[in-house]
Amino acid sequence: MKKALIKPLLVAALLTSAITAQAHRAWILPDVTVLSGEAPSVTFDMAVSNSLFNFDHVPVGNASLIIHSPNGELLAPENLYTGKFRTVFDLTLKKEGTYHIAISSQGLFAKWEGDAGKPQFYPKRGEIFKQDEFEKVVPKNAAKLEIVQSSRRVETFVSLGKPSAFTLTQQGLELKAVTHPNDLFVGEKAKFQFYMDGKAVEGVDVTVIREGTRYRNDPQELKYRTDKNGEIEINWNGAGRYYLAASYKDNQAQKPASSRAGSYAAVFEVLPE
Amino acid sequence: MKKNRWLIALLLGGFMGAMAQAQELEIRVELPKLNVAEYHKPYLALWLEDEQGAHVANIALLYDAKMRNNEGEKWLKDLRQWWRKSGRTLAFPIDGVTGATKGPGVHHFTFTLPQNLHAGNYQVRVEAAREVGGRELVTLLVTLPVKKSIEINEQGQSELGTVSLLLKP
Repeated sequence: MKKALIKPLLVAALLTSAITAQAHRAWILPDVTVLSGEAPSVTFDMAVSNSLFNFDHVPVGNASLIIHSPNGELLAPENLYTGKFRTVFDLTLKKEGTYHIAISSQGLFAKWEGDAGKPQFYPKRGEIFKQDEFEKVVPKNAAKLEIVQSSRRVETFVSLGKPSAFTLTQQGLELKAVTHPNDLFVGEKAKFQFYMDGKAVEGVDVTVIREGTRYRNDPQELKYRTDKNGEIEINWNGAGRYYLAASYKDNQAQKPASSRAGSYAAVFEVLPE
Repeated sequence: MKKNRWLIALLLGGFMGAMAQAQELEIRVELPKLNVAEYHKPYLALWLEDEQGAHVANIALLYDAKMRNNEGEKWLKDLRQWWRKSGRTLAFPIDGVTGATKGPGVHHFTFTLPQNLHAGNYQVRVEAAREVGGRELVTLLVTLPVKKSIEINEQGQSELGTVSLLLKP
């Protein structure tokens, strides 16, 4: 249990998070998710946006981008570029199986009342959590001090040939594939399971939205909540790429935090039958 | 539910026995002439599935197998259902199954049914995907073995014309 606490903090201190607090819809969007042939390439866009999937706000930086090959090797993004609205990179798939592309961060978030009742925060908007900075900045006996153990994850998957299993980090809110994310078809329900710090959890709120929101008036959000096994079953409303966002909060935190909160987002492609 | 159906299929199969003689399926696939600005001969996959949709055998696969650096394989995934049911687990080209793409016209394919095939309901699936074009999947339902000669026809709507299955006892 103690070990479980130390690890995320260390990782958080090492990571330079690219995801800032105000990021509502941050995503990594693959152009294609199911591939065949010899060493095909996939191109990706990373952005924070309102409409899905348009580039209408800011890019997601690549600082904490981690790409795993099917056998767990770390791969570097190719042709990396960050513009005004998006970050772009390519990936060559040399081995058969599933590639896991993710950005994640963990850390503590503190809120307290400063002098004259002024609300104070650490990290502030746009700031990155660092353990030593946290120790310095946050007064241990401040009024109304509330510390949240917070985690974020944004990810996607692409497969060459037969999709393969991928591993969970056991940190923060994560998705475990019961139905493989690169094996999704209209007319077939997809089952996903949500884990918080390595344990399946009930009560994760999940919103699923098909791409093309700019071209329809109703965003047609599908809402789900995980059951006692941490599972949801999604009934896709048409083919396309989907944005899935999940959030979870409880009070099972490690001290000094009093609660833990996880957010998760992923992009999946659903193919026509 | 699924398990039960499998069990019933197994029991029935066991009861009725495997088909004794080698039977040859004939499949005719019409590829329509299309009035389009840019025409490429479609990729085409024919395969056999059981009643539950599990892949049994590949009958034919037509694609650009001779392209430089095996670039033709890059588009195999566009035969979406076939790719998922079979293609993604295979090495290419597949012996005895792979052929070159064909243009408009009626094309004949033959397939010797596996000797160990259990009696029951099967589906022959024909999927076509055309570069810069559409995709279509046509399914022919057949109950094996047959007691008399049969011909089953299904009509494609876009990428496929008439698809026929002929089988003699």
